[in-house]
Amino acid sequence: MTKIDFCLNGTAISVDCDLSERLLDFLRTKSGNTGVKEGCGEGECGACAVLMNGKIVNSCMVPMANVAKKNIVTIEGFAKTERFKILEKAFSETGGVQCGFCTPGMIIASESLLNTYPHPSEDEIKIGMSGNLCRCTGYNMIIDAVKLAAKLGDGLW
Amino acid sequence: MVRQVMPTTLNEALELLENENYVLFAGGTDLMVQNRSWSETPVAFKQSVMYLGMLSELDYIRKEEDYLAIGAMTSLETILHHPDTPEIMKAIISEMASPGIRNIATLAGNIGNASPAGDSLVGLYLLDGMLVLKNHHGERLIRIHDFILGPRKTALKGNELIAEIRIPHVVFSKTVFHKIGPRKADAISKLSFCGAYKLEQDIITDIRITFGAVYMTIVRNKELEQKMLCKTKQELLAMLDELVNDYDQLIQPIDDQRSSRIYRKQVALNLLQKFIREI
Repeated sequence: MTKIDFCLNGTAISVDCDLSERLLDFLRTKSGNTGVKEGCGEGECGACAVLMNGKIVNSCMVPMANVAKKNIVTIEGFAKTERFKILEKAFSETGGVQCGFCTPGMIIASESLLNTYPHPSEDEIKIGMSGNLCRCTGYNMIIDAVKLAAKLGDGLW
Repeated sequence: MVRQVMPTTLNEALELLENENYVLFAGGTDLMVQNRSWSETPVAFKQSVMYLGMLSELDYIRKEEDYLAIGAMTSLETILHHPDTPEIMKAIISEMASPGIRNIATLAGNIGNASPAGDSLVGLYLLDGMLVLKNHHGERLIRIHDFILGPRKTALKGNELIAEIRIPHVVFSKTVFHKIGPRKADAISKLSFCGAYKLEQDIITDIRITFGAVYMTIVRNKELEQKMLCKTKQELLAMLDELVNDYDQLIQPIDDQRSSRIYRKQVALNLLQKFIREI
């Protein structure tokens, strides 16, 4: 066990953990952040996406060792922001949420994308969301959701 | 016993490497999947692991006079968006994995993993990339061609780590990259192709061709490239059948879960012909 210091959803924490423990497992089983989902467990689906220093990462591929001194935001932390409210509205209005399993990852990917490109082109959206799989929507509704969020949230990103 | 260490400086890492062999863990996007165990249990490494995530001193890109220097802990996404990154490397990296993986994965990791399907390798072979390997006593410079020995085999010694990647500055008239995979993002290549040439007054003055995932290592043959120098496009077209035949000998793919030997060979040779015809 090694002590790891990092910042989780705005709170500095210090935890004893196995350095090879996946950030995904820490979040789901030790800190109660079950909004982070495990889909494939090998970086193909994006359901486990979280923000690390403001950028999307797949938490199934990050060991606790590489979380040291980092700033981690999960869907639970992000849900408290104004930008989340815009994304929530945009995803509901366009039908971008159906079964909902991919949604936390999709929202994190949208935030990471809009942080880089506040007014993304369709191609930039497709690249930004390329690591996230959805079996319900056929993706067009999610692309529409990001476009709508960029419009509704003009100035927030 | 499997030990796990997390050095905070490069010096500390090199000192630790003097006394024990470690699996070097940079972004870890290959290692985490290769050693994965059941959900909710830590990843089960069979060897001691050194996590390099704290070595921010290896996170840099610097433009030197003759080459671009990329620190081993620089993420693929940082390299992708850097203004000095060669276009061909940008084209390759943009098709590697997805943003979430590129934000943590490193170029040094892709090299150290030494997969015949490692996408960055076709670009680094094409550009004559060099690596700076460091140990506690000093450093050595090695060509990427000499570093990769075979599938998952490299010339890295037990007490060394990749500290820097150097990409020489080269100007081409055109570069192309094709990745053949089942999905646009997050795919491991069935095969890949890189081509680059320089035309001066209708004469080929530099031409380079690499293939990925069709042999034990990346395929690049300088003798064949030499044969194409000082030719016009018409002259190259006239020798196309001969070239295809020559490369046919070098391309020896395998059947595996991603593709078949026959498909890989046919598509690789098709891409070669397309590249020459479109000069």
